[in-house]
Parts: sequence; structure tokens; C-alpha cells
Amino acid sequence: MPIQVLMPALSPTMEKGNLAKWLKKEGDAVKSGDVIAEIETDKATMEVEAADDGTLGKILVPEGSVDVAVNTPIAVILNEGEDSSALKAPKPQVQRPTPPPAPAAKSGAKDSAVARPQAPFAAPAPMQPLLDPDIPEGTEMVTMTMREALRDAMAEEMRRDKDVFVMGEEVAEYQGAYKVTQGLLQEFGPQRVIDTPITEHGFAGLGIGAAFAGLKPIVEFMTFNFAMQAMDQLINSAAKTLYMSGGQMGCQIVFRGPNGAAARVAAQHSQDYSAWYSHIPGLKVIAPSNAADAKGLLKAAIRDPNPVIFLENEILYGRSSPVPKIDDFVLPIGKAKIARPGNDVTIIAWSMGMTYALKAAEELAGMGIDAEIIDLRTLRPMDTATIVASVQKTGRAVTVEEGWQQCGVGAEIAARIMEHAFDYLDAPVARVSGKDVPMPYAANLEKLALPSVAEVVEAAKAVCYR
Amino acid sequence: MAAAPPSSAKIMPATNGKGLPATLSREEELAAYRMMLTIRRFEEKAGQMYGMGLIGGFCHLYIGQEAVVVGMQMVLKPGDQVITGYRDHGHMIACGMDPRGVMAELAGRSHGYSKGKGGSMHMFSVEKGFYGGHGIVGAQVPIGTGLAFANRYRGNDNICVTYFGDGAANQGQVYESFNMAELWKLPVVYVIENNRYAMGTAITRSSAETNLSRRGLSFNIPGEQVDGMDVRAVKAAGEKAAAWCRAGNGPYILEMLTYRYRGHSMSDPAKYRTREEVDEVRTHHDPIDTARRRILENRLAGEDELKKIDSEVRELINEASEFATHDPEPDAAELYTDVYRD
Repeated sequence: MPIQVLMPALSPTMEKGNLAKWLKKEGDAVKSGDVIAEIETDKATMEVEAADDGTLGKILVPEGSVDVAVNTPIAVILNEGEDSSALKAPKPQVQRPTPPPAPAAKSGAKDSAVARPQAPFAAPAPMQPLLDPDIPEGTEMVTMTMREALRDAMAEEMRRDKDVFVMGEEVAEYQGAYKVTQGLLQEFGPQRVIDTPITEHGFAGLGIGAAFAGLKPIVEFMTFNFAMQAMDQLINSAAKTLYMSGGQMGCQIVFRGPNGAAARVAAQHSQDYSAWYSHIPGLKVIAPSNAADAKGLLKAAIRDPNPVIFLENEILYGRSSPVPKIDDFVLPIGKAKIARPGNDVTIIAWSMGMTYALKAAEELAGMGIDAEIIDLRTLRPMDTATIVASVQKTGRAVTVEEGWQQCGVGAEIAARIMEHAFDYLDAPVARVSGKDVPMPYAANLEKLALPSVAEVVEAAKAVCYR
Repeated sequence: MAAAPPSSAKIMPATNGKGLPATLSREEELAAYRMMLTIRRFEEKAGQMYGMGLIGGFCHLYIGQEAVVVGMQMVLKPGDQVITGYRDHGHMIACGMDPRGVMAELAGRSHGYSKGKGGSMHMFSVEKGFYGGHGIVGAQVPIGTGLAFANRYRGNDNICVTYFGDGAANQGQVYESFNMAELWKLPVVYVIENNRYAMGTAITRSSAETNLSRRGLSFNIPGEQVDGMDVRAVKAAGEKAAAWCRAGNGPYILEMLTYRYRGHSMSDPAKYRTREEVDEVRTHHDPIDTARRRILENRLAGEDELKKIDSEVRELINEASEFATHDPEPDAAELYTDVYRD
């Protein structure tokens, strides 16, 4: 049987990539370990090796193809004795790049018997988050990935202020472990784009010292999982010094990097630190869900005179969304955004949680439940007013987070709703969260451990008594 | 496992002889004497005020170690930075911070350097180049390295003197800092104040390599042991280290062999060492007595002049104590200020 060569995944979160180059042509003999092709993603370029001996029978995906899905057969290797007739076997399909299918609006027939009458439903709201009130009407929008938006934010601030520099593991020569700092070394040079040793505790403290001296460091953690080694410096030195010095000495610094679960990297590399940092007075904590917010808020964070924890998300890095084409696009820290207006239930989310919330809202619309979605964007200071105003309107609330429930951000939101909008509540606040276990590795268990669209839908229905 | 207290005869080991003590001018000798005495009297007063309940919490006194910070301060110039751990009152005074503001902070009063919100371990004066006052053992070492990084980034020839103790010398972040400091040739002088006890644990019981000047060897950071009880020796070593750093050669380690007469903090019964050991150092190695004797022997000043200094210092410290005692506590509204900067 001919052997199919599949499009490999270069990273835990890679979903598609480009086939940059074939190094072998049809009919060439290949040995196990031979490099047969080069593929690239927005993060890296990698070589594809043959895993078997034989002849390259057919190239299924031509050189230059873009957005080839992982696991798409890209070539067929014939074993010794096989010839091209063996290729007549079921023809491997090349997956064309297609937009992800929109979640089918469920009819809701099964559930509709319970509470409200079905018709007439409001048309499902668009998936695209609403235009930010901070963006002037008529602004030209440019679609870019969150990764590019973050890079542009740093580059713009570094052009604007020579005291801003970026340091971290692999930020310079490697161009960023997740390619967020791509091109910065080339533009700003090694004095301002600094590769560090793998010593989070040390370089976090060093960055804080530089900030005490008046510089404005951006410290990248390859992921926030590793920032636990630096936790003492972040909390005891960065967050508390302004207070301990009676306001004399501040610490203008941004700690940024991916937070939360990526995919299949297990317990030590999949943790949501939203609640951890949100707990600390003296820190500001930001967790954007789309490219525009990422850009506007990172610029704000770099200019903020306080230490800011900027929680990104590896899965969101590659997602594209419109970013306003404004010379100096800065968003206010501490302001939530109504990402989708609605009347029946308030769903509060941020970062990756917004992905579940927005999809759930579409499904809920199909069931006649009109959800209002708040993208918190900043976790500390938390925009309580926006949450309370929404709950006063809807009377119901659901929180969505990847983190654990105990002392989680959802717990805090629930408490604030109780304190400020108790009389408006028609149901107890529901929390959708990561399950109370370390992250498992197995694909099925990992999926169960994370929040899901279905869980958000169920929670929203429950608080609506549907 | 109870370790026998080290023999008192060997309590102050001879330094490795590198760098003869600097010759101090008359003005320098007298200024150093006055500053060491100021720190000593300040700390004695702080100890009394602690006993009277005017100072609370942790209070770590610097008595015995005065020559270290005074000698080092003599080699600094405007723009240089100083950072240390929690045994920090001496460093602040040596940096030129007002003893009244330091004492008021110890007492938790409104005109303390941190408005009463920091206390003994957390005071800062950017104006005087003093960056704290840090309460977590070893945490000041990467921060001091970062201050030096800022000098390098700005291309000036300022240095950062980063002090830490023999206890902190075993912290992991110290070595992370050493690595980056040498890798990037940062102008930082690491001054290890080896007072022989990390709280109650003798260095021989906590450290596999007790010659702490060698702790930078695997990073190629030069280091030397210095008689930290002699302000001239400290200044000589400090000059060499500062010149090395200012010239762009990277970090330098100075291990100051010193001794604290008081306990680790006010609540320390000091059962881990003998009375004889402490007396031996006080009698034969006291930095202030040594300076005083030298001044008299070399006829740099007479008894009268030194007495005049003594009484001026006493007056300064009494004034600081009075100030702190009568300064009001911070306004209740201060509870919520200075958490964020606008």
C-alpha cells in the first residue's frame, strides 16, 4: 500500500500551514529521514522528512499552497515494487482553505417545549464584535492577527519612546518563541531587543530594577506558566514598591506572554493565571480577546506608569480580526466592552473565553435567548459598572473562564453582582470554568477539562430557566 | 545538629591581602568616623525606641558593620545607585538620607520616607540614589542588576552597588543575576556583607563554599575578600571594583568580612554564638574604635575634636528620635493612596 505523507503539525496549536517548497520531485527515490519538503507557518519554517523508504509517487499539494490543514495528505510514497497504478486507491483529498464553518443554529426544537414560545426569534447577531465606542465611526479597519497587532503595538511604542525595550527568552534572534516579537530586533537592534537566559526569576527582577531606574521594560514570558518562578518579583517588588515607598518610586513595566491552555501540553503548561494576578493590588491585569483590543491595550499598558500583567493566548495569536487604522490607537485600561448587545442574559468573558461566549450567543439566539456579551478586557481594575448595568437589564449572568472556580475571576464577578445588583437577579449567577483538576494530556480529557460552547449554552439556559 | 561555635580566636579571618588599605586624607578619616558613628548612634537609638514600643515589627540593626557601607559610599559619585536588603538603616544614612525621615519611618509616622507605609525594611530615596530596602532575602540582587542595566542602556558610567548578606548568597536568583551581569557586562558591584550568620545559622552550617568572594568564579566575575571592619580597606577595594565597573568590564564581587553585634532582629536571643565571640570582635576589631585610634595616633584630630563630633552626632540622633516620636501617624486616608500611579 502506498504511504500517505500528511501535513504535519509544527506546534500544539497549529491548524494549518503553507507548503513552501518541494525538495524532491515525483519519481525521486526517498529514504527514511530525507528532507522532502519545507513547510511554514506564521511562527516558523520546518522541514518535512520522509518516514519511509520508497519513491515519491505523487505530490498531492503543490509548492506554494497556502493554508493547508494539518493532516491533509500532501504526497504519496510508493513502496518497493509498487508503481503508479497503486495510486488508484481512494484519492486523497486536498483540503482547500475554507473559513471555519459557522456553528449551525440549532432549531431548539427539543428545548422549546419547556419555557418560552419559539417564534419570533431575533436574527442572530453578527459574530464580529461591535465597533468599540473608542474607535471613531468611519475609521478604516485593517484585518490582522493578534500576533501582528501585538508586534505593531510594541514597535510603535518603541519608536515613540527610547526608554521602551523588550526582553525575554528568544525574543530577538529567534524572532519570538511565538513570533510575537518578529522583526523587532531588525528594527531596534540588540540594545533594545534582548534575548535572556532561561532564568525567569532573575530577568523579571532585572527588568523591575531597570523600571525603578526609569526605563520602561516589556518583559516577555515565553508563557505565563514559567512566570511562577518570577512570582515573588512580580508581586513583592513590582506591585508593592509604589505603596511601600509612599508614592515615591513606581515601576513602569509590562509583563506579557501567552496565558492559559494551548493544546495538548498537559498540566504544567496549561494554566490560566487570570485570578492569580487579579488578586494583587498594585498590578493591572489585561486579557484581550481580539487583535484591536490587543493593540490598543498593549500600547496603553506600555504607557501606564504601573506594573501591568498582559495575558495573551497562544490559540488567539493566529486569529485575525479588524484593527482600526489610526496613527496612535490606544484604548483605555479598565473598560469592558459590550461585544454583543442582548436582553435575556449577560455572559461575561475575556480572552479565550470570548470565543466560547460568542459562539454560544449564536446558538442561544437560535433558541430565542438574546444574550448580551461583555468582553471584560481588563481584569484589574475590573469594570464593575458595565457588568452591573447589564445585569440590571437582563437579570441573569453567566461567567466564562478557563481558570478554576475556587477564588476565580468568576467568583469575584458573582460577588460583585450580588453586592451591586442583588435585587435585579432572577437567577443565581452561573459559572462556566475549567474543571477542578490539573490539565490532563489526553485529547478527550483535555476537552472535558476546558469550558466549552455547550457548557456556556447550558448555563445560559439554566439561568433563564429553559 | 548543634554546631560548636567557632573559636573566637579565628573569628575575623585574615583577608587575602589584595589591595592595601587606602590612605585617607584627614577630611576623609574624620568624615568616615562621623558617618560610622552616626549610624552606630542611630541604631542604638532605634534599639531603645523599639524597646519602648515606638518601633514595631522587624528591626534589623547594623551595629558592627558600619565600615562596609561608609567605605563603599566614599567611592560613589552622583548618579550611582545603592540597593540592599532589610538591614538597611545604615545604607540610607550613608547615602545622605535624613535620619529624621528614616527614624520617623521606623516609627510608622507621616513624615517617614515612605509616609509610614514601608517601615524599617522599605525605604527609598531616588534623589539620594537609594533604591531600598527589600524584605525578601536576595530579591534586591536582580533588581540591583537591573539598575546597572539601566546605566548600561543609557550609556553613562554610573554603577550600582548591590549589597546582600551571606545568607542571600545562597539564593538562586543571585546566580541568575551573576550570569546576566557578566554576560552583558553590567556595571554592578556585588557587596556581600558576610557577618557570619544568616539569622542564626553560621555560614559553615549553610554554605558549601564559605569563601563567598569565589561565588562568581564560574561566571568569570572577579572577587575578593576585604576586611570589612576597616573603612580604609573597604574604600580601597571599593575604588578598585568601581573603576573596573565604570570601565565597562562588567560586575565585581567584594566579600566584606564583617560582624553584627546585635541579634538578627530585635527578637533574636542570639543563642547560636558565645558572648566571648562577640566581645572578641568588639574589643579588637570595632570599626569605629579602630578609626578613632588611628585618628589620634596620626594626630589627624585631638580628643577634643572627636568629642565635639561625638556630641554633634548624639544631638543629631536625639533630634531624629524626638522628631519621630512627635510626628503624627499617617492620615487614615493614606491607606488607599499610592497603590497606583495616575
